[in-house]
Amino acid sequence: MHAEPNLYDYWPYRDRPKVVWPGGKKLAFWIAPNIEFYEFNPPKNPLRPGWPRPAPDVVGYSQRDWGNRVGHWRLMELMDKYGMRGSISLSTALIDHHPEIIEACVARNWEFFSHGIYNTRYSYEMDEAQERAMIEDSIRTIQAATGQRIRGYLAPALTHTERTFELLGEYDFWYSCDLFQDDQPQPLKTRQGKVVSMPYSLEVNDVITYGALAMDPWRYADILKRHFDQLLEEGATSGTVMCIPLHAYLVGQSHRIRPFEAALKHIADHADDVWIATAAEIAGHYREAHWDGTLGDIRRRGLERPGFGFAAEEEA
Amino acid sequence: MALPPDYLEYPLRRYGMDQDRYAWRPAGAREPLAWADGRRVAAMIVVPIEFHMLNPTGKPFKSPGAMVTPYPDLRHFTTRDYGLRVGAFRLLDALKARGLKATFPVNAVLLDRVRPLVDAILADGHEIAAYGWDTDHIHWSGMEVADERAVVARVRAAFDAAGLKPRTWMSPARQQSFATLDLIAEAGFDICLDWEQDTVPVAIRTDSGAMTAVPLSNELDDRTLLSDRRQDERVWAAQIGEAVACLKDEGERCGGQVLGFTLTPYVAGQPFRMWAVREILAGLADDASVWAGTAAEIVDAAA
Repeated sequence: MHAEPNLYDYWPYRDRPKVVWPGGKKLAFWIAPNIEFYEFNPPKNPLRPGWPRPAPDVVGYSQRDWGNRVGHWRLMELMDKYGMRGSISLSTALIDHHPEIIEACVARNWEFFSHGIYNTRYSYEMDEAQERAMIEDSIRTIQAATGQRIRGYLAPALTHTERTFELLGEYDFWYSCDLFQDDQPQPLKTRQGKVVSMPYSLEVNDVITYGALAMDPWRYADILKRHFDQLLEEGATSGTVMCIPLHAYLVGQSHRIRPFEAALKHIADHADDVWIATAAEIAGHYREAHWDGTLGDIRRRGLERPGFGFAAEEEA
Repeated sequence: MALPPDYLEYPLRRYGMDQDRYAWRPAGAREPLAWADGRRVAAMIVVPIEFHMLNPTGKPFKSPGAMVTPYPDLRHFTTRDYGLRVGAFRLLDALKARGLKATFPVNAVLLDRVRPLVDAILADGHEIAAYGWDTDHIHWSGMEVADERAVVARVRAAFDAAGLKPRTWMSPARQQSFATLDLIAEAGFDICLDWEQDTVPVAIRTDSGAMTAVPLSNELDDRTLLSDRRQDERVWAAQIGEAVACLKDEGERCGGQVLGFTLTPYVAGQPFRMWAVREILAGLADDASVWAGTAAEIVDAAA
């Protein structure tokens, strides 16, 4: 086990080369609806149970099913109203279970990225062939259903192995949403490929805010506005990224969706300064316009450390 | 079944403390402190700079902020790392905007790794304190004294190598062994932020010279209030304001006192919390009866 992932170099927020988003925008904004499928009776992973209670966890299971039957459609309508497209963190198997949702998202030109096969199948203890099979299944299945070659990844239930990121590079992923160390993108240290660490804040993720942080619907809208205001102000110095990761089974609830709308309206009201985009668009722009500049700045400051993710420096 | 007879023997049952590190002194018996310019409250802002590794032993207990999920817990590693990369710089900007000085305890293991942050802290005139080796090297009574002495020496050597001579020590998780005070005094530290038995600096006895404890409020710890107890930022800021108002109010009777509180970079430095940080700092800076001092400045002013 390593003390540090060595997936990116330390790079202080102050005095970075200026990031400018297309159209001279200061903040790149994206929304990540997690469209997930949790199995009724998942197989056991040695390190984590599929559900907090013994299966069948009927409340947990049916609440998530509610998200797919009701909540997601509500959220889709709300995003349509503000002209915001989603970048979907997809449990790939949902394509087989609920193709209607996929068709509705394709019709809206939303982006899809992989969030594993099921959110009840974890990467912990997978061998390399198994992790490859999961990633290849995602690429193949999503392409067949949507025509899109996926470019993004968020490990199922945020479960990783030491090789996850190297595989993303090898399979030509453009970005990972798995790491939360920054409000700007940064290249990941993989041997192959060009994978960007894409800001996907857990701090404003609705699972965390409504759950672990016990926020009421109005407080969640308030912190989203304040989060946005701070990052927009800093974006004048160098472009920032704000993501709102969402789960329709939470934010789509009837006591929450209307208070949440206030946050989207606040952001839409600043459209002159904000690039409302998908994650692949942000990653694509960053890879073209800012990748080399970031690495050059890290090198110039003497902050570049040898090695790649999870490879000790002496092994490099 | 019964407990052994000595369970009902109380060898230290006597007037005053049951240890000899410092004497009992009720608040009414202390000589009032006079801060310069008639100020009533010394605010000690503490910004802990912590390394939360992917593979902590969690012994003898898990440090606050330690990893949660199975290895590799990239979620919590990177969330903590956010503070070192981004949040700490936001806090530095906010302190500078109000001309306030703070104390930054730094885990020795970070001195090289986050050198640009260390330099930025120094450039703004803040105090750097030693914060042990890292969050997983907790000082506690299960350690052999020789082993603990070696950890303290290693910390001192790392600061020496970084060209820093901190006077102030804060222990990881603010946990000590029975020997910690003697060992840090032996290593040249004369200020400690682990003890909070009064609202003024307190002299503590060690085997190796003078030590002063400056109180840092556990009950106002931002990680506890905001992350663990899920209080909202308004309530957090209001409590710090309330503490200042109370200490001011007592000033006439009790003299100058200290209010020590933390701004943890990965917690307070979140974008959506910075408005509250700015409000807290503005409240301190705009109040003529408050001064913000580093730990060493407060100790020197109280001497």
